[in-house]
Amino acid sequence: MTTSRSRGARLVALAAVVALGVTACSGGGKEKTDDTSSGGGNAAGSSGYTIAFITHETPGDTFWDKIKAGAQQAARDEGVTLKYSNDPDASKQAVLIQNAVDSKVSGIATTLVTPKALAGAVKSATDAKIPVVGLNSGIDQYKQLGALMYFGSDENLAGQTAGQRIGQAGGKHPLCVIQAAGSVALEARCAGVKSAVPGTENLQVNGADDASVVSTLQAKLSQDKSIDYVVTLGAPIAVDALKAMDAAASKAKLITFDLNAEAAQDIQDGKIEFSIDQQPYVQGYMAVTSLYLYLKNGNDIGGGKAVLTGPSFVDKSNIDKILPFTKNNTR
Amino acid sequence: MSHSVQAAPPRPAPSDSSNRVTLGLSNRLLARPEVGALVAAILIFIFFMAAAPAFRSAESFFTVLYQSSTIGIVAVGVGMLMIGGEFDLSAGVITTTAGLVNSMFCWYFGVNLWVGALLSLVFCLFVGFVNGYLVMKTGIPSFLITLGTFFVLQGANLGVTKLVTGSVSSTDISRIDGFGSLNKIFASSFKIGSVTVWITVLWWVLFVALAAWILQRTRIGNWFFAVGGAPDSARAVGVPVVRTKIGLFMTVSFLGWFIGMHTLYRFNTLQAGNGVGNEFLYIIAAVVGGTLLTGGFGNAIGVAIGAFIFGMTSLGIVYAGWDPNWFKAFLGVMLLLAVLVNLYIKRMSTARKVG
Repeated sequence: MTTSRSRGARLVALAAVVALGVTACSGGGKEKTDDTSSGGGNAAGSSGYTIAFITHETPGDTFWDKIKAGAQQAARDEGVTLKYSNDPDASKQAVLIQNAVDSKVSGIATTLVTPKALAGAVKSATDAKIPVVGLNSGIDQYKQLGALMYFGSDENLAGQTAGQRIGQAGGKHPLCVIQAAGSVALEARCAGVKSAVPGTENLQVNGADDASVVSTLQAKLSQDKSIDYVVTLGAPIAVDALKAMDAAASKAKLITFDLNAEAAQDIQDGKIEFSIDQQPYVQGYMAVTSLYLYLKNGNDIGGGKAVLTGPSFVDKSNIDKILPFTKNNTR
Repeated sequence: MSHSVQAAPPRPAPSDSSNRVTLGLSNRLLARPEVGALVAAILIFIFFMAAAPAFRSAESFFTVLYQSSTIGIVAVGVGMLMIGGEFDLSAGVITTTAGLVNSMFCWYFGVNLWVGALLSLVFCLFVGFVNGYLVMKTGIPSFLITLGTFFVLQGANLGVTKLVTGSVSSTDISRIDGFGSLNKIFASSFKIGSVTVWITVLWWVLFVALAAWILQRTRIGNWFFAVGGAPDSARAVGVPVVRTKIGLFMTVSFLGWFIGMHTLYRFNTLQAGNGVGNEFLYIIAAVVGGTLLTGGFGNAIGVAIGAFIFGMTSLGIVYAGWDPNWFKAFLGVMLLLAVLVNLYIKRMSTARKVG
C-alpha cells in the first residue's frame, strides 16, 4: 500500500516536474485564468425577438470581428436570437436581406455599403413591416432607403478630422494607404484626409499579404522622402507600416484608423501618434439594441438623425484606459 | 515542343528520327524555357531603370529581391508541380495555416515554438499528401481537389483561430521560447553596406538551385517531366507516377510552410484571412517563367525569373510613383508583355529549328 502510494506520488511529482519544465520557461503564452468572460445576459431568445444581422464583412478581418462581438453581446444581454450572415458581394448581401425578410424575422440590422444594390431588398423588408436599421456605412442614404436609425462613423468626416490634426502638426505630404482596392469607405477616408491636407497621396497595397504590404510601402517611402505622415486605414496595416518605415529609414509619423491589441500597444509606446476609432463594437451593439428597444418600446435612438460612433481619438492621453479593452476584443 | 538535352522526357519513340535536325548553340539556348523570361526580365528591368529614378539604387534592388523571394520560394514548388502536370490552389492559404498552427498551438499550451514549428511542418506535409493522394486515387483533376482543400483550409483558419484566441488574428508569439532562434532561421536580415539582405532571398536561391539540380541532373527530375508530359508512357516504363506526384504536392506544402514560418516570425501575429490570392501569383510566376500550363515543360530558373518579374513590376510601379488606381492595370500589361516576349522567343527558336 505504502509503496504503491509513494510510487503514485513519485509519478505525480515527475509529471509535475515535466509539465513545469515544458511550460515554466515559456512566457508569452496563454494566461492561465478561468474563462468566465461571457457571464451575465439573458438566455438567447428569451425576449421572443429574432434579429437578422447582415454585413459586407470580408471574413477574417479583426474590425468586423468586433462588430460581430458587439452584436452578439447585445443579443445576449437582451435575450434576442441573432442571425448573423455576411457577404462582401453587394448582390449576394441583397439576397441575404431578402432571405431574412422571407423568414419573417422581427428586425434587420444591415450595413448599407452599396445603397443602390441593396435598395430593393431593404424596400421589401419595410414593405413587410420589418424594421430595418443601418450601421457602419450608408450614412447619407439610410433614410432614403427606409431604414429607421443609423449607427456608424462618417468616413469622410473621420478622414477630415484626421487630416486637420495632421495639418495642425505641420504635415504637408501624407501617404494614405488603401489595403482593399475599390472600397468606397476607404476611398472616402483618404478623400477626407486630402480635403484637409491637399498634399495627400494614395497608395494601393495588397492587404491579404503582410510581406507584400511592407515591401510596397518600403518602396514608396524610399522613392519619396518628402512623405511626412503615413495614414493606414486598418490596424494590422499600421503594424506592417512600422516595419516598412523602419526599413526605409523614414522619418514620417504614423497614424491609423481602427484599433487592435498590437496597434494599441504601439500607441502606448509612442510608435503610432493616434488612431481614429469608429468603435465597431458599439456599432454592432447599438444596432441590435436599437431594434430591441424599437420592437419592445417604440424608441427612436438619434431622434431621426444618424448616431455617430466615431471619430473617437485614441492617443497617449487615453490609451492606458483603452488598452485592456482591445485585448478583450471589444475596442 | 523543344527540350534541353538532359531534361528530355521519355516520350514515345519518335517515328521521324530520320528527319531530325541538329540544333546549333543559339537554337539550343533559345529552346530553354527560361530564356524568354530572362529577356522579358531584362527589358522590364531596363524600362524601370529609365522610368523610375528611385529604382536605381542597390537598396531598391534588394527590396525587389525580398518581395520576389516571398513569392518565389513557393513558386518553385508550384512550378515543379506544374511540370508534373498538376495544380495546387491551396498553396496560398496553407502559408497562413502553417503559421497559425505553430503560433496558436504554442500560445495555447505554452510550449516552445520549435515544437509548434515541427508540428506545423508535419501538418502541412499531411495536407500535401492528402492533396496528392486524392488526386491520384480518385482521378479528379487537381484543380478541383485543391480548390476543395483551399476552402477547407480558409474556413478552418478562421474558425479555429476564433475558437482558440477569441479573435480572428493569432496572438503575439514574440515572448514565447524559441522565438529568437526561429526568427534567425526564417526571418532575419543582415546589412552589406547600406543594403539590407533578407534571409528569404538566400533561401530562395538555395531552393531554386536545389530544384534546378533535381530537375536537370537527377532521375527524379526526369520523372517529374515524364509524369507531366506523358503519364501513361511514364507508367509503362516504370516511373512511380503516384509516388512522384504525391511527393510534388508535399514539396509545395513544405515550401508553403516555409513561407508561413517566415511571415509568422517576421510579423509575430497573423490575420486568419490572409494568404488568399497568392496561389495565383505562384502560378503566374511559373507560367511567366516558361512553365507550360499543360505540364511536362519548364524549369526552376525560369520560375525564379518569373517571380522576379512579378516582384520587379509590382514594386517598380511604386518606385515610378504612378497613380495607384492604375496599379493592377500596369501589372497586367507588364505580365502580358512578359508572356508575349516569352512566346515570341520560343516561336523564334521553333521556326529556326524547322527551317
